[in-house]
Amino acid sequence: MTPPHEPEDEVYRPRLIRSYTITAGRTATKVELAMEATLRLQPGVEAPVLSYPAAQVLEVCDRRSVAEVSALTKMPIGVTRVLLGDLIEQGLVRIQATITDNTSTDERLELIERTLRGLRNY
Amino acid sequence: MDFETTKAQRAAASTKIVIAGGFGVGKSTLVGAVSEIDPLRTEALVTNESEGVDDLAAVPTKATTTVAMDFGRLTLAEDLVLYLFGTPGQRRFWFMWDDLCRGAIGAIVLVDVARLDESFSPLDYFESKGIPFIVAVNEFDGVPRYPAEEIAAALALPAEVPIISLDARDREQAKGALVKITEYALMRLREQLTVNAN
Repeated sequence: MTPPHEPEDEVYRPRLIRSYTITAGRTATKVELAMEATLRLQPGVEAPVLSYPAAQVLEVCDRRSVAEVSALTKMPIGVTRVLLGDLIEQGLVRIQATITDNTSTDERLELIERTLRGLRNY
Repeated sequence: MDFETTKAQRAAASTKIVIAGGFGVGKSTLVGAVSEIDPLRTEALVTNESEGVDDLAAVPTKATTTVAMDFGRLTLAEDLVLYLFGTPGQRRFWFMWDDLCRGAIGAIVLVDVARLDESFSPLDYFESKGIPFIVAVNEFDGVPRYPAEEIAAALALPAEVPIISLDARDREQAKGALVKITEYALMRLREQLTVNAN
């Protein structure tokens, strides 16, 4: 039997809109946004007029990770991060905690233990 | 009440485990076997002239490529989600690995015994970064089975690195590999605490 099909890593395809157009040339955010970090909509905050891509991100981001938002909006991860960074700075979205370089060993330990319990019952 | 809210907000709400290995070794299969959603795909832009850093700074004169990463999701508790990220296989996309691995619990290096040499680079990467990893030999039907010690020796694995075999298509076995890497990461962390305390 042959190994199961695995999609190619690399895909070439033309993009209709250049990424830097969507992000107004910006490539970095002030907020650290890990791929697995999850977002929550901030209740009671009225959204200002947003660009279409930003509105798309806002619509799908609640309880999802940065990577999921990128996948669902079909925007590259870097663009997604810039747009999410804006929404966070505008107070529309909040980022939930993940392990970072600043995480204490106790917090790390607690997270791995919770993960292990969850996996065993999964 | 306020204290509880603050504590709940500080506790990590999500985490990740990285699935690495050579091209076609079954990374996506493993992710698909345990994920509660159909695996999703995220992409990063790469300019061919400057690999890495300027993920977005794709000026029109440069040819751009995209590198794709597949991932899955497991909701482990009401307040905890685990993501599984497959690494891009090709070596020139390795700059993405730092992004993928930052904050990860650990990594599973999937190995195909017919192409052991493809595992050397991922193993070196995790060892050099101090990221806990285990080796999982993906046994497709009809592939000759070798004793774990022989494979460990061929890969020059440090003695403490766990090595298991699995069928990446099997949900329970894939889950077993996730339990194994998490247990190993926990053990490593506790060891460090003991060393630091002495």
